[in-house]
Amino acid sequence: MNWLRICEITALLPERGTAALLPDGTQAALFPLSDGRVFALSNLDPFSGAQVLSRGVLGDRGGVATVASPMHKQVFALHSGRCLDDERVAVSAYPVRLRAGFVELLPEPA
Amino acid sequence: MIAMNGNTPKRVVVCGDGMVGRRFTEELRRRDPAARITVLAEESRPAYDRVRLSAFFDGATTEDLLVGEPDPGVDLRLGEPALTIDRENRTVHSAQGAYPYDHLVLATGSFPFVPPIPGADADGCFVYRTLDDLEALREFADGKKHGVVVGGGLLGLEAANALLLLGLAAEVVEFAPHLMPAQLDPAGGAVLRDHIARLGIGVHCGTAVSAVVPGPRLALETSGGGGFTTDLVVFAAGIRPRDALAREAGLALGERGGVLVDNSCRTSDPAIWAVGECAAMEGVCFGLVAPGYTMAEVAAERIAGGAAVFPGADTATKLKLLGVDVASFGAKEGPLEASYLDPAEGVYARLVLSDDASTLLGGILVGDADAYPVLRSAVGGPVPGRLADLLAKDGGERELPGSAQICSCNAVTKDTITAAIADGHDDVAALKKCTRAGTTCGSCVPLLKRLLDESGVAQAKALCEHFAHSRAELFDIVRVRGIATFSELIAGHGTGRGCDVCKPVAASILASLHNGHVLESERASLQDTNDHFLANLQRDGSYSVVPRIPGGEITPDKLIVIGEIARDFDLYTKITGGQRIDMFGARVDQLPVIWRRLVDAGFESGHAYGKALRTVKSCVGTTWCRYGVQDSVRLAVDLELRYRGLRSPHKIKAGVSGCARECAEARSKDFGVIATENGWNLYLGGNGGFTPRHARLFASDVDTETLVRLIDRFLMFYVRTADRLQRTAAWIEALDGGLDYLREVIVDDSLGVCAELDAAMARHVESYADEWAGVLDDPVKLARFASFVNAPETPDPSIRFTRERGQPVPESRPSPVPLGIPAVRS
Repeated sequence: MNWLRICEITALLPERGTAALLPDGTQAALFPLSDGRVFALSNLDPFSGAQVLSRGVLGDRGGVATVASPMHKQVFALHSGRCLDDERVAVSAYPVRLRAGFVELLPEPA
Repeated sequence: MIAMNGNTPKRVVVCGDGMVGRRFTEELRRRDPAARITVLAEESRPAYDRVRLSAFFDGATTEDLLVGEPDPGVDLRLGEPALTIDRENRTVHSAQGAYPYDHLVLATGSFPFVPPIPGADADGCFVYRTLDDLEALREFADGKKHGVVVGGGLLGLEAANALLLLGLAAEVVEFAPHLMPAQLDPAGGAVLRDHIARLGIGVHCGTAVSAVVPGPRLALETSGGGGFTTDLVVFAAGIRPRDALAREAGLALGERGGVLVDNSCRTSDPAIWAVGECAAMEGVCFGLVAPGYTMAEVAAERIAGGAAVFPGADTATKLKLLGVDVASFGAKEGPLEASYLDPAEGVYARLVLSDDASTLLGGILVGDADAYPVLRSAVGGPVPGRLADLLAKDGGERELPGSAQICSCNAVTKDTITAAIADGHDDVAALKKCTRAGTTCGSCVPLLKRLLDESGVAQAKALCEHFAHSRAELFDIVRVRGIATFSELIAGHGTGRGCDVCKPVAASILASLHNGHVLESERASLQDTNDHFLANLQRDGSYSVVPRIPGGEITPDKLIVIGEIARDFDLYTKITGGQRIDMFGARVDQLPVIWRRLVDAGFESGHAYGKALRTVKSCVGTTWCRYGVQDSVRLAVDLELRYRGLRSPHKIKAGVSGCARECAEARSKDFGVIATENGWNLYLGGNGGFTPRHARLFASDVDTETLVRLIDRFLMFYVRTADRLQRTAAWIEALDGGLDYLREVIVDDSLGVCAELDAAMARHVESYADEWAGVLDDPVKLARFASFVNAPETPDPSIRFTRERGQPVPESRPSPVPLGIPAVRS
């Protein structure tokens, strides 16, 4: 699988998620932080079944960068996809890199 | 019915559903759930809080005063008093039926004592005991100017307060040489009298009323030959136990009346018990609720097979009468007395000591009762400190011993409360529920707050892990330091990067204090999804759209525009509870297109998505209605336009009714206005939802200008000082002093902030701009309304509909996806 070019980094609002459509029809959520890091998780909120994680508020819990689902507020770690409110739950996390001002994502997580 | 253990369940009949009767049934149900309890009650209302009766004239409704919900497992027969007791056949008779019993409990309370003088039953003479008495008094007092209360004790002063609240001038006549003779000494009575005279109440002690002469105005003749002319008389000269039922059944009575009981609450008939004010406990009747509750517990324990005995009554009292603290505890007189009098401050304290001054025997406090909990718990033990310190005003700052009784109505000690706090009951509401403290007269609520503070629960005010401050404190920090961004706020006053709790709070505070669009630069990233897309997120990831329809008034042309838009975008439509129209099922990429058409047709944002003013609901008032007395639609429209866009700690709802029929349901709103013949009545602090609350009367018959000024200040003070997600009802309750304190702040300007609140609201009104128009005019903001950053033209395929009753609804989706193990590739 190849890295997929999503958009220019300047198209993203820092500290706010954005949804991207992947070639297989699934959805990813990109999270650009104000310190320059960018994370990507599945956009699917496993608790509600809606494609909404990209619309959650970003933040941190105990220093771990997080997003809170906008549906029912469960918090997920951005680097792993693990739900910090329910240890049985996790969403896919995608590798992300910056190339020449573009955000690229490696689809189809292992 | 046969119980599991083979015993037939006990049949228990209770006469009376007052506070004590109700407490008895609760206690018995707890101990013996199988008992079959029938309650025969004279009044048509279930048990209510008689201690707070005068709150009825201060905006409390009869529902507000009810003592909990009636237990559906108890056969409560309201309006069906017991008439006779057939002891031989163990049966109670009412007009409707016969009720056999294994145990009969008398909780018939007491009746007001009316002195046997000519004319005492004339028109215009009242007593002060039941809600029916109060309703009759209120009806008669309408349009009257002057009332006399006969009785200068606790009840009489309550009644005088009621007359003031009804807008009458009041005078109090007391037979004894000073006020509250049962609790106070002459010096304490004199200090109390000064306080009360300052409120404009005339006090005449050492005076007996000898006759009431009926007429258009009543003439009162007094013992000294003088007299009064007045519109009405309230007799509040004490109470007498209601023992007629027991007397006719041949039960033994106390020397001064009351059903004689032993220390197990048993009468001279072993199957019959008596509790509360009707009982003469070993010959003595108590007119306080606390000993009544204790008796209820003893009787319940006994009937359930236990061996409890009445431990003796604590007749200590502390109350706030007409705004004045009054307390007495222990012995009133003793071998040694120390007192302190400050006529200027209106403070009096007296301690009664053993002859060697080592043991505290009792005391009296007037004007300042802060030291009450410390002193009261020390009765019978060593004097807790230097006399001079104890008598001076700072006695209350001492630490309370664990045995100190915090709630005297329900006999709850400090130890019980600190244990409850340690168990995780971390606010006043939780403590009330767990311990019952503060649920009767409410005067100990400030002490509950203090104990919470002392237990370190104060940390609960911390907004989240990023800020140790409450919302109100953050508001002040942002305001005083002129902070303009979240980055600046968290760098200077918080830790970490923020979260979904503190970011939206900061966004709301910044919106209240600074002009500018809620989606401007960094502020966009702080918003919840609803505020981010200026629409309401629904369960399937689509959004709903609610244009503002001020006051619920809309032209046919605008209705047609909404209809056309909903049809063209295939949106589900529904009428909301706030008299507007909600359109569901819009994708984020459709929101700007929909709003372009709405804005072009003259609509603006309804802020249904925000913690902000939602709607001002109205009835048609004088515009159409035969009964309307004011133009409620115009006022509702004006108010909605004035406060639209105001960001607040929680949503704000409002209503305006054009007459007392209240068709707009204004009293279920944060602020509600009801038209009167002379202007408007303003009600504050109502809500629907999980815990419905009625708004309480704040101002009567005010003109529109005054009304708007009061609402301006109420809203701004709320916006500045409430906690996150605290509705106005909970906010008012949490204010130390409640609605009265709010009145001091926004009417009397006790904090000197009114000018600032007025200016803040003026700024809000001037700077209002429609948020949706602001998005449509700005390409940067518009670009955020795409479903996918890498495919802006592609609609979100996950939003799909089926149809129900002719409208689109979300397709049902497989319940939560299989929950996987984290999949990360390094």
